[in-house]
This record gives sequence, structure tokens and C-alpha cells, in this order.
Amino acid sequence: MRHLTEIRWHGRGGQGAKTAALLLADVAFQSGKQVQGFPEYGPERMGAPITAYDRISDEQIRVHSNIYEPDFVAVVDDTLLHTVDVTAGLKEDGGILINTVKTAEEILPLLKGYRGKVYMLDARKVCMATLGKYFPNTPMLAAIVKISGVMDIDVFLREMETSLQHKFARKPEVLDGNRKALKLALEEVTEWQ
Amino acid sequence: MSTKTRMSGNEAVAHAIKQINPDVMPAFPITPSTEIPQFVATMIANGEIDTEFIPVESEHSAMSAAMGASAAGARAVTATSSCGMALMWEVLYVAASSRLPIVMALVNRGLTGPLNINAEHSDSMGARDSGWIQIYAENNQEVYDNFLQAHRIAEHRDVRLPIMICQDGFITSHAVQNITLWDDEPIRKFVGEYEPEHYLLKEDESMAVGPYAVSPYCMEAKKAQAEAMKRARKVILDVAAEFETVTGQHYGFFEGYRLEDAEYAVVAIGSVCGTAKDAVDAMRARGMKAGLLKIRVFRPFPGQEIGEALKHCKAVAIMDRAESYSSQGGPLGAEVTAAMYRAKAQAETVNIMYGLSGRDVRVEDMEQVYASLEKLADGKISFPEYPYLGLRDGTEDLLSR
Repeated sequence: MRHLTEIRWHGRGGQGAKTAALLLADVAFQSGKQVQGFPEYGPERMGAPITAYDRISDEQIRVHSNIYEPDFVAVVDDTLLHTVDVTAGLKEDGGILINTVKTAEEILPLLKGYRGKVYMLDARKVCMATLGKYFPNTPMLAAIVKISGVMDIDVFLREMETSLQHKFARKPEVLDGNRKALKLALEEVTEWQ
Repeated sequence: MSTKTRMSGNEAVAHAIKQINPDVMPAFPITPSTEIPQFVATMIANGEIDTEFIPVESEHSAMSAAMGASAAGARAVTATSSCGMALMWEVLYVAASSRLPIVMALVNRGLTGPLNINAEHSDSMGARDSGWIQIYAENNQEVYDNFLQAHRIAEHRDVRLPIMICQDGFITSHAVQNITLWDDEPIRKFVGEYEPEHYLLKEDESMAVGPYAVSPYCMEAKKAQAEAMKRARKVILDVAAEFETVTGQHYGFFEGYRLEDAEYAVVAIGSVCGTAKDAVDAMRARGMKAGLLKIRVFRPFPGQEIGEALKHCKAVAIMDRAESYSSQGGPLGAEVTAAMYRAKAQAETVNIMYGLSGRDVRVEDMEQVYASLEKLADGKISFPEYPYLGLRDGTEDLLSR
């Protein structure tokens, strides 16, 4: 594992990309890492493209800039592929994760010739099978942890369990669905390229 | 003694307020400081602290209420940003001249316009002559530690001035990073109780706060206020030394990073200093003696110390995150250059405008600044005006000038 991993999230306002980035920083911290999780703010409104970032390192993080050459990119909404240059600066030895129901033939031509690894996850399918509602950030978080290898999967699941129990202390009925969503996402994430 | 955790800069300030448990917090929401009163109000609702929260209808009222509370003898805090502080403007001066030790969390954001919500120092730099002490932070840890020291500095009998604890909007206020929190008990002991000598609710002592002063008295009052700001210098260092014995964290007027033997130095304030440190290491690895002077205390301005610390440099870049529209550069550029002149420092200087309205600054940008300093010292380039860093339209490359 490289000592610094940089991840960029693309989503639309309201989909939880910022929350996912902050959650990733949170669980990575729990596993003993130095972390930095932050959103890039523009005019805030539902549906507008937003970007969020994670730095995860074994050493203190001092830099305070956005991430221009990420190791991994997570795209929470595939309609962004038409308007946002999601692979900009993305390292070829890294990878991109896309939440989509479309086929590889439809998606790959939109990635501007990116030659690194491409993964897909049908987060809606995962959500509907486990939560009954569409919250794509939970499955996307599990999938990005798996493909990036920023932390051990068992450690991730253990720390998420603590985090979920805290977050849903007053809604224990949704705990099981979230657990299942994480596990199903880990199974469902597929390497396309 | 401490807990290692992770939180944003705004959460860090809210945690400091929780540990301090001030008497009164009047506040009005404005991005990106809104979370601070929001978090504190939640703590009050949960019964974790017993601060009196006053929801007001404007920032002018927030600062007025803070003044009223402070004058009555209470420990008062507030939080704001940008145009919110601009609406306090009149009252900022009244609070300072009334010698009320109010503590304000300022989450730096540019003043409009164009309308924008991102980091810039135009709000606090505009208030640099208002009589408030100003302390800045590079990251969440520093803003937390600075806030814990604020009351001790402001309330000290030799000072009795309001203080603003500044951090960069979004860049640190909304970034979750590792942080060490100090235990409640030693911090409560360190902060102590506020025991003002004179206050409006004191029995058997009538006093007026903020009355009209005729000319034969007014100038003396201003001189007394200026002397208090001078005395704040020693108090800031004394409080920092005591804070170090409690936490092990070292703070001064500024931090020199690999500055002692530096030939090329950058002077800056705030979050950009973290990015600059990475650039210093990169330039050092390439053989350049690069260094950084990160200003923590801007009011009172430690000019003599800054001038001395830069005396051995060949070239110095002074970075401003606020336009002053003077056509000569920014406020930091003017004050640092003057301090260097008084210290008889011989270095070439350039005042660089950067990061306005949240314009991102990369490590590579800072490396370019250092590279340009070498050329400046060698006489290979000159800067007839003050350059902008990272503009989109052609002038982005400092070296092309």
C-alpha cells in the first residue's frame, strides 16, 4: 500500500457524496490512519454536481489543496460522465468506480480513453435489496474501500458496525439493512477493465 | 491527558466552547461559520453546558448583545464570517474601545463581491484597525488550541481587549482531520473563571460603558487602548507558555519552519502554510534553502520579531489572501515589508496575492513561488507590481513575468 492514498468523489447535491467522503475519513481514522476528508463547495443546491475528497496516509497531512491527481475516483451518479471530466488527472495505476445500471459498452467510451481499472456497482440494486430505499453512499463507500485497498475489509466492516450503531442508535431497525448493504456491495462490485 | 480523534475546524471550535462553557453566546448564522452556533446550541439543548444562547436577528445585534453581556460581567463568545462581521463593523470598534474581552470565532470568508462563500482574509484584514486581537490557525488543531487560550489573553487585566480566533473557511472549517483533544479538567483549570474587576452588575459600584468622550479625554482613551494592545504581546506569550505546560503544544507570535538557515522564505497566514511546508521540503530536497514564516498573531503585530527572523534571507515572498485595492499590494505585504525595513533586512521582497475567494493553492504553486524567489535574488526577474498567483488568464505563471 502506498503511504498516501488520494480519492476524489463526484456526485450530485443530495446523494451523499460528501457524507461518504467524511465517513471514509472517519473509518480510516478508526483504523489508525491520518486522514483528511473535505468537500468542495459551490452554490449548494439539490442535483448540482459536487466534489469531495479524501486523503488517507500513514503520516501527518499538511497540504490543504484539492486533489488533482487522485489514485481513485468514485462517481455516485453516472449522468455526470457527460458533463464532468471525472478521469481528469486520475492515475493509470489507480481506478475509477461508477454507480450505474448501464453496460460497459455504454460507459467505457465516456471515460476519455482512461486506461486504468474501471469498476461498476449497481448501488440502486444493492440499496433496494437491503434498505428498500436509495441511499447510494453506503454501498459506494464499501466498494471504494475494496477497490482502493486503503484498509483491511474486516477492519472496515468492524469500524462501520461501530459507526452505524452510533449513527442509528435511535433507529436500530435500519442497522441490519445497512450491514447487508455493505456486504452485498462488496460482492456486487465488478471489474470492467 | 488527551484523546486522539478526528473532527472539522468548526467542530473543534465548538468543542473548545463546550470545555470553556461561557456564560453567553449571541450568534446569527452565516456560511461557513454557521455550524459553530448550531453545534453549541445542540450542546445547550442536551444539557452538556449551561451557556445562555441568544438567537438574534442580525450580526449587529449579535455583537451588541455580546457587548451587553460582557459589560454586565459575563464571559461572552460569538461566531461569524465575512458579511456577518461586516454588519458588526460599528460595534467591533465600540467593543474594543469599551475594553470588553469578547471572544469571537471568525471563519474567514471573502467579503462580497462577487458573491462567494469561500476562504479569504478580507473580512478580518478589513478589521485589522478595529482594536481586536487577531490570532490565525493553519489547521483544526491550532484553531482549537488558539480558542482555548483566547479568554486568558483577552481577559487579562493588562489587556482587556476583544479577540478574534480565525481559521480559513471550508479549507479547515469543514475539513475533517486528525486532532488531539485535551481533557476537560486541566483545560477548565487552565481557562479558569472570569472575575472582572469592574462590571455593570457589580453591587455598590456604578459605572458607564461607552459614554461620549470630549476631545480633551478621547485621545488619551485611544492611547490607553493602544498601550493595552502593546501589553497583549507579553500576555499572549505568557499564556502560550502556560498552555504548553498543560498540553505540550508550543505557540508563539509566529512559527518558523526550516527558517533558521533559509535563504528564501515565504511569509503567510492560515491554511496555505501547511501546503507551503510540503513545498519547503520539496525545495530543500532539490538543494534550495527554503523556509516559511507562518504568522499566528497579526494583532498585535510582532513586526520587530518578524523583521529579525527574516534578516538573513536573500529573498522573501509575502503572501496576501486579501486585496486592499491600494495598487501597492495587500495588508500583510505592507506591514511585513515595513517591519523588514525597520530591522534593516536586506532581502529582495515580493508581495503575492493568492487564494482570493477560495482559489485553490497547490504544493506546485508554492514550489513555483520559491523558484521565483531564487530568480528574484539573482536579478533574473523583477516584479514591478504585486503578482497574482494562480490566475487563469495568462499571468498564472509567475516565472513568465
